[in-house]
Amino acid sequence: MVNGSAAAADGTPGPVVRVPVSLRVNGAERRIEVDTRTSLLDALRDALGLTGTKKGCDQGQCGACTVHLDGKRVLSCLTLAASADGRDVRTIEGLERDDGAPHPMQEAFARHDALQCGYCTPGQIMSAVALIEEGRAGSDDEVREFMSGNLCRCGAYPHIVDAIRDVATGGRRA
Amino acid sequence: MRSFAYVRAGTVEEAVAAAAADPEAAYLAGGTTQVDLMRDEVFRPARLVDITRLPLRGVERRDDGGGVLVVGALTTMEELAAHGDVTTRLPLVREALLRGASPQLRHMATVGGNLLQRTRCRYYRDPSTACNKRAPGTGCAALDGHHRMHAVLGTSPHCIATHPSDLAVALLALDAAVRVHGPDGERAVPLGEFYRTPGSTPHVENALTHGELITHLEIPLLPPEARSGYLKVRDRASYEFALASVAAALVVDEDGRIRSARLALGGVGTVPWRVPRAEELLRGARPDDDVLRAAAEAALSGAEGRPDNAFKIGLGRRAVVRMLGALARGEEPDGAARGEGR
Repeated sequence: MVNGSAAAADGTPGPVVRVPVSLRVNGAERRIEVDTRTSLLDALRDALGLTGTKKGCDQGQCGACTVHLDGKRVLSCLTLAASADGRDVRTIEGLERDDGAPHPMQEAFARHDALQCGYCTPGQIMSAVALIEEGRAGSDDEVREFMSGNLCRCGAYPHIVDAIRDVATGGRRA
Repeated sequence: MRSFAYVRAGTVEEAVAAAAADPEAAYLAGGTTQVDLMRDEVFRPARLVDITRLPLRGVERRDDGGGVLVVGALTTMEELAAHGDVTTRLPLVREALLRGASPQLRHMATVGGNLLQRTRCRYYRDPSTACNKRAPGTGCAALDGHHRMHAVLGTSPHCIATHPSDLAVALLALDAAVRVHGPDGERAVPLGEFYRTPGSTPHVENALTHGELITHLEIPLLPPEARSGYLKVRDRASYEFALASVAAALVVDEDGRIRSARLALGGVGTVPWRVPRAEELLRGARPDDDVLRAAAEAALSGAEGRPDNAFKIGLGRRAVVRMLGALARGEEPDGAARGEGR
């Protein structure tokens, strides 16, 4: 049993409790020590310097913080770093090819102008990559339904759907 | 967020012992409710017992009776929705799961945690307001506040918060049960006896005592000839809680009469709301408009609306008629092709 040392039991704010966390992030083993309250999102951004993953609402509603955990898309703002110990994390920084070329989904987002301010884009792209792996990009309607966890306040949705369908159909969509 | 000690349990017994030993301990599974409410200081546990590594993930089929799915409590919503028997034999469960939350949340959220998720009442989630569920005795700010999303069935003068789970509504209609492991051993609780209406103790939401852990769900399969579905009416097409929802299953005989009916409502009750009286009205009847309207009337019987949520009574009735009518005709209530998985 993993055990972080005890906080005050009388209801007063206890002392900070720190725990060691090992993560495999974009293929590299990373070891950090975090406050038990630290989200995976804050650990990625603040402890590991991977600021591509964005903090939008920090309450699980907007999808800007989407990463892949053990291959599944999840919200890093509602994942405790301590609970992710030992797991495999993939972020937007891990998408590029070995030769430094962008991932096809990144290229499609650029080609289709699928963003305005760009703040939600890393989350959109991580969700979009997962959506194709899940086999949920069979129609525009299906893409809309299974991208519903990623909000874009600029309203770039039509071009986001175009970009994803482009990748899903192997570039047969202009 | 209050600081907390963190322990990761390797076995169910270890988890239960760690939680039972500390009255301020709480379990952590998918975290989608737990972490959110801790950040808002609605939950302030001194210790989190992380149960995510317990061997409680996966679905097994037991072939007693008509067949029962024994679902590990840590199975995610996406995993259960994708299971073969759920797809073929329990469309109402699959639809309830896939119409809940977002894909990311469904990959995180466990089915055990889903049944324990907390109300979306904005006052419950805001510690600066009065809420008998969060802080017993402080009153209910929703009664004369914003209550468009709130319940019309099972309410009390102390609380009108809606239970938010879709899955629980489908499981209630199926007579599912939860298996619980606690400091005093194991027990099974039928879902129909699990949830508590608020009465004068809105903070008591279910039958669990401190330290008890849901380890499995037991979900009876419907007979192969049953038709079932989950209709969810909401303010936007996806990623939204229900204003009103209906889980229903019908077996219709060759002569057009209903042999058996199951009906439960979500979005309108303080707890998932089964309606035995409506099921009785349907049994043996032909599903014509009068019968469906009578069932809908029975389903919302006793409902009490307030200025901003009284619309839910009529909405709930219409949703019942639409769902039952679609099942009787072998159609989809929302026009989607069955099996599309929306």
